[in-house]
Amino acid sequence: MSTLTTWLRDPNPASRMQSRLGQSYLSWLRLRRNPLAMIGLMITAVLIFVAIFAPLLAPHDPITQELGRRLLPPGTAGNILGTDDFGRDILSRILYGSRITLYIVLLVILTAPVVGLIIGTVAGYFGGWVDTILMRITDIFLAFPKLILALALVAVLGPGMENAVLAIALTSWPPYARVSRAETLTVRNSDYIAAVKLQGAGPIRIIWGHVIPMCLPSVIIRVTLDMAGVILTAAGLGFLGLGVQPPLPEWGLMISAGRKFLFEQWWVATMPGLAIFIVSLGFNLLGDGLRDVLDPKSASK
Amino acid sequence: MPLLRQIGATVVTLFVTFLGLLMVTFFISNVIPIDPVLSILGERATESQIEQTRERLGLNEPLWKQFGIYVSNTMQGDLGTSIRTREPVLQEVAQRFPATLELATLATILGVLLGVPAGVIAATKPGSFFDQSTRLIGLMGYSMPVFWLGLMGLLLFYGQLGWVGGPGRLDAGYQMSLDFELTQYTGMILLDTALNNRWDMFANAFSHIILPAGILAYISMAYISRMTRSFMMNELGQEYITTARVKGMPERRVIWVHALKNVMVPLITVIALSYAYLLEGAVLTETIFAWPGLGSYITDALMVADMPAVLGGTVVVGIAYIGLNMLSDLLYRLVDPRARV
Repeated sequence: MSTLTTWLRDPNPASRMQSRLGQSYLSWLRLRRNPLAMIGLMITAVLIFVAIFAPLLAPHDPITQELGRRLLPPGTAGNILGTDDFGRDILSRILYGSRITLYIVLLVILTAPVVGLIIGTVAGYFGGWVDTILMRITDIFLAFPKLILALALVAVLGPGMENAVLAIALTSWPPYARVSRAETLTVRNSDYIAAVKLQGAGPIRIIWGHVIPMCLPSVIIRVTLDMAGVILTAAGLGFLGLGVQPPLPEWGLMISAGRKFLFEQWWVATMPGLAIFIVSLGFNLLGDGLRDVLDPKSASK
Repeated sequence: MPLLRQIGATVVTLFVTFLGLLMVTFFISNVIPIDPVLSILGERATESQIEQTRERLGLNEPLWKQFGIYVSNTMQGDLGTSIRTREPVLQEVAQRFPATLELATLATILGVLLGVPAGVIAATKPGSFFDQSTRLIGLMGYSMPVFWLGLMGLLLFYGQLGWVGGPGRLDAGYQMSLDFELTQYTGMILLDTALNNRWDMFANAFSHIILPAGILAYISMAYISRMTRSFMMNELGQEYITTARVKGMPERRVIWVHALKNVMVPLITVIALSYAYLLEGAVLTETIFAWPGLGSYITDALMVADMPAVLGGTVVVGIAYIGLNMLSDLLYRLVDPRARV
């Protein structure tokens, strides 16, 4: 262990990999000093763990109905968080629901930032009319109310998980385009880009190999901070009945099912909401901490 | 006249963005699998009636011409006819809009009153307990689904404690007096009851609006306090602050008068943005609180696939949103002399 840390801390790295890992190690040390960020990291790790091992952790099946055991309060033997109106165990549904949440988040962060990154870097690198047109389109999308646009899109595409993901992705790429364009403008005229150009590299190769890597840190920070928003929007669509469809245990959908008997059986709506809250808080804390570590501007303060 | 030129440029941008909005809603209305003619005439229409209506709606024209018709209709205030109620969408939206406006305005006022001082104090003592708790409370606000927060608020303050009125804008008993006894000047109940000197009704309306407004205010406070803190931190590092302190000016005056005055400039943009965001955030809140505003209008229309109503509502919210964005931009230029150059 100690030899590993000395290797990581070596001020004269022998290889590119050693230098990179050393940098990451230093960032990690800085992140570790931030207790709130570590709580966020822990919550995120637990979410991933639960999503992977849901079948092993859940005491009951999330879908099978057991009408004899409906609306049992929390603390009942065998149903720690109680049961819903179909007698399904709420804890099991929340555990399985983490898979749906994680799946939606992953799909969105694999699409929206990529689209934004391409549009932003292309606009920033080429400049001129390409820049004007692409950024004008971005501005138009930025000026839209996001949730309402997502609602209208889902209304057209029809409710369902894939369409909800598509609607969220279509409304959340513009900030990424803005961020990566700004980053591109700062490196576009630098010497190393000129050197690559003199070697005969074309625009695609320059953008892909030399511009996009420079934009990644800002985009990653933005992604972590956005994940909570994605979870909330997806839950909102589910709550309105426009996202994931029953009987799947999506958290927003579970809240909307519990709304009918909020005042009599409060736990049905409360528990899945707590799950959403904890998971989004985790992402927000982690994103906040990551920004302090990775963003040199705020770190210097 | 650089300012005039910039206002001109803003107006052009406004128009282009508006066209973009209409392009998106037009695209959406063209890909829906619902036939607009059949939805107006019903299933038993004759062949010639269908042809007539198609002609009247301009559906036989090429697509770009249809878009032109759509734009010019919208500009003249024709947002189409609701399938559900057969009423013009604009008329229905106009009825619903004041309720949303009232909710968002009250929420923004509360959010500013709480968020700005919180952000200023946090910035003067960075790292203090107050700073850390403001940050955590703000992050919690960003992390809670607003509809869940609404339900929990109802459960606690209405169901358990009975401190506030339940869903709706008024108690059922007052609903009749609203329709028959009150002169409705603005459509905003708090204003109308005050103008009519009906303070009993005002109190009732207030007990209904305070919970949804408070919940929206919490979210806008989270955003406003965070931005105030970072603007203030930036301002306190400036030289004129040091000068003021060296002159022996009381610290309270340095912060709350000199620094805050300059912080207000970028803060205007933030407040306008959060106001625009609340107009939109009201969608889910209104659903929870049975608030008869624009948000619940859109969601109700969604449930019965009343697309003209959905898209009309979207256009109106979009215009308000774009308008607020532009307004904040203009105000910023007017207030900050540096931005005029």
